[in-house]
Amino acid sequence: MKTKIKFIASGILLVTIMAVLGCTTQNNGSGALSSNVAERAYVAPGEHDEFYAFVSGGFSGQLSVYGLPSGRLFRVIPVFSVDAEKAYGFNEETKPMLETTFGFIPWDDSHHPDISQTNGEIDGRWVFINANNTPRIARISLETFETEEIIEIPNSAGNHSSSFVTENTEYVVAGTRFSVPVPQQDISIDEYKSNFKGAISFIGIDQESGRMNLDFQILMPGFNYDLAHPGRGKSHGWMFFSTYNTEEANTLLEVNASQNDKDFIAAINWKKAEEYIQQGRFREMETAYAHNVYDESTHMATSTIKRTVKVLDPAELPGLVYFLPTPKSPHGCDVDPTGEYIIGSGKLSAALTAHSFTKMLDAIENERFDGEAYGVPILNYDDVVAGVVEQAGLGPLHTEFDTEGNGYTTFFISSEVVKWKVGTWEVVDRKPTYYSVGHLMIPGGNSRKPFGKYLLAMNKITKDRYLPTGPELTQSAQLYDISGEKMELILDFPTVGEPHYAAGAPADLIAPRSKKFYELDDNNHPYSIKNESEARVERDGNVVHIYMSTIRSHFAPDNIEGIKVGDRVYFHVTNLEQDFDVPHGISMIGANTSELLIMPGQTETFVWEPKKVGVWPFYCTDFCSALHQEMQGYVRVSPRNSDIELSWSLDGE
Amino acid sequence: MKLTNSTTTLLTLLFSVFLITCNGEANKQTASASDKEVTSAEENPDGIGPVKELILPPTIDEELAQRGGEIFLNKCSACHKTDKRFIGPNPTGILERRTPAWVMNMILNPEEMVQKDPVARQLLIEYNGAPMANQNLTEEEARAVLEYFRTL
Repeated sequence: MKTKIKFIASGILLVTIMAVLGCTTQNNGSGALSSNVAERAYVAPGEHDEFYAFVSGGFSGQLSVYGLPSGRLFRVIPVFSVDAEKAYGFNEETKPMLETTFGFIPWDDSHHPDISQTNGEIDGRWVFINANNTPRIARISLETFETEEIIEIPNSAGNHSSSFVTENTEYVVAGTRFSVPVPQQDISIDEYKSNFKGAISFIGIDQESGRMNLDFQILMPGFNYDLAHPGRGKSHGWMFFSTYNTEEANTLLEVNASQNDKDFIAAINWKKAEEYIQQGRFREMETAYAHNVYDESTHMATSTIKRTVKVLDPAELPGLVYFLPTPKSPHGCDVDPTGEYIIGSGKLSAALTAHSFTKMLDAIENERFDGEAYGVPILNYDDVVAGVVEQAGLGPLHTEFDTEGNGYTTFFISSEVVKWKVGTWEVVDRKPTYYSVGHLMIPGGNSRKPFGKYLLAMNKITKDRYLPTGPELTQSAQLYDISGEKMELILDFPTVGEPHYAAGAPADLIAPRSKKFYELDDNNHPYSIKNESEARVERDGNVVHIYMSTIRSHFAPDNIEGIKVGDRVYFHVTNLEQDFDVPHGISMIGANTSELLIMPGQTETFVWEPKKVGVWPFYCTDFCSALHQEMQGYVRVSPRNSDIELSWSLDGE
Repeated sequence: MKLTNSTTTLLTLLFSVFLITCNGEANKQTASASDKEVTSAEENPDGIGPVKELILPPTIDEELAQRGGEIFLNKCSACHKTDKRFIGPNPTGILERRTPAWVMNMILNPEEMVQKDPVARQLLIEYNGAPMANQNLTEEEARAVLEYFRTL
């Protein structure tokens, strides 16, 4: 027995020594274990991520904010869909954000976020994102991480080749996927050819406020405009759009829009467009579109309808647009960091096409055209092509770049990411995705200065990657480390909705400017109160306004009497806190709306139409302090004909 | 196989050695994080925060006090009443109980004060855990509020 113990003891000792050595090695972060894949995506508790990723919500209509490399979800910013959690589209302040010329719309399909740029580099001021279904562009502040502005796009349908910014955020572009009659009219669908137009919109951005203005539209032939990217560096001043359905089919596009061997990349010279606008060579067209602006000082949005748009006709304006033949229904239309190469991803082909900007200019100068389409000159494929990445994979969709002269392209059909060399067009690496990857994102990958450390692939099919949750599965994203010669898959994480594009930025570009709370002194909401002595209730006929405040942990007032059935009661609630991360919530039993979630220094409003006589409680919905459960109040509701006087109090005063 | 007592002891011992070796770094961190040694009020009557010492001039600056009253109304009065105990204590006569610097630090640095200052900590318990909100006053604004307290 003794020997046995000795044996066990030395065994344990050995194991312990090994464990100690092992953990020491790990602490130092060197040695064999440091190349561990999990470690590279691991951000320790309390540590911060290196990058922000703004990932489109697809059919959720929102924009998700993740950290990279951890894949942790920080926030879902409501943009085009209502969000009961944040009262977006429910409170009186944000309802106007979702107004359109079709009325209030509670949902959309958000696709392509793009971060504002200065000198071709992302600058972290704003993110823009498009609504695909009812065409709109939104601007989100990266100080508050709130949607500040939404502009509707007239003459457009399926707002897909959007919302891409130019090198100094001069414009955000929005192109139509579905061509439509412009202006809309009651004609037969068979009259598609030559009667349908594709509107490309240039939305000017005020550099101080970020405010958007629909500066002009170019009425293009009735193709489908799929994606776009800006020229940069030498090609600054140009915008490139991929097209498909140059067949102009209006039924069974699956077959009928896949007939042509080549479709086009449209090269639009927007500096030229500006000249034509200055010369007055535009048509002022009557139309209607909503412009919704959230004002941070009043904490309220307003919606106005605008009535005209300047329209340019490329057939009449030489030098404005050229078509670059590109195989085969190109989806992605991506420009490398130097601005020389425009990459067309023919989604029904196996190859990528790289056009040369220099060759394009040369062909234009020498007027080497191969006919025209609706008055727009078509260049010769052989005159503009710089190279082809042959047999790279099946179904190329989208390309981004690193700093080392490599392109990275997603292939939907063959389910992989392929790394290739810009200039020599040779494939240098490929890695599978799980499964059917759509788009990818490298932070800064659509700019002059990419941060080529991580690549985020956003997949369309999830299948067996996670525990099943019934027939509906979350979409899946995958993170690759691209800092080495070979790409390495380091993380899978689920996403919100179905992401299309994403945009990423280094955390230190954004985090230091992130707002902590709203200054109470700057709150110009017409129903705000600055302290509890201003708390009150006012009646105007059957409309009642409650001027209420919150602070840890009580409402003022918290006892209200004299409300009657049939009243329309507005709760205007100001959060008097002036510290980071102290929101308060409020909800009222039976109110036909969401809670409010009020940030420090902010005022929000919900409407309650009491239907039943009685004494009804309201309470704070966001855990605010140890006394949160005590944060509550009562409203007495009397019959319609009651003569009980309006009164309110807190602690009997 | 039956483990004898001595084996178990040995195992425990070795395992402890392992834990200690491995967590050396973490232990240090824990020690610094839990560095909440409560200094006695007599030792440090000015509390903890940006204000180390404050000697008030003999006369009250009426203009400053008036400004402080306005700030108090907007930023503080939701929890502090000058005629009664409310969510938090009544500030009337506070300078008979605390030093001017303590009052300033309580306004400017409440999170650390309720953790480390014995008086502030006692007050947090006495007031049912209602936290003293940091209303992010500037030092000048806090000084004005203090001047207002002198007029109460």
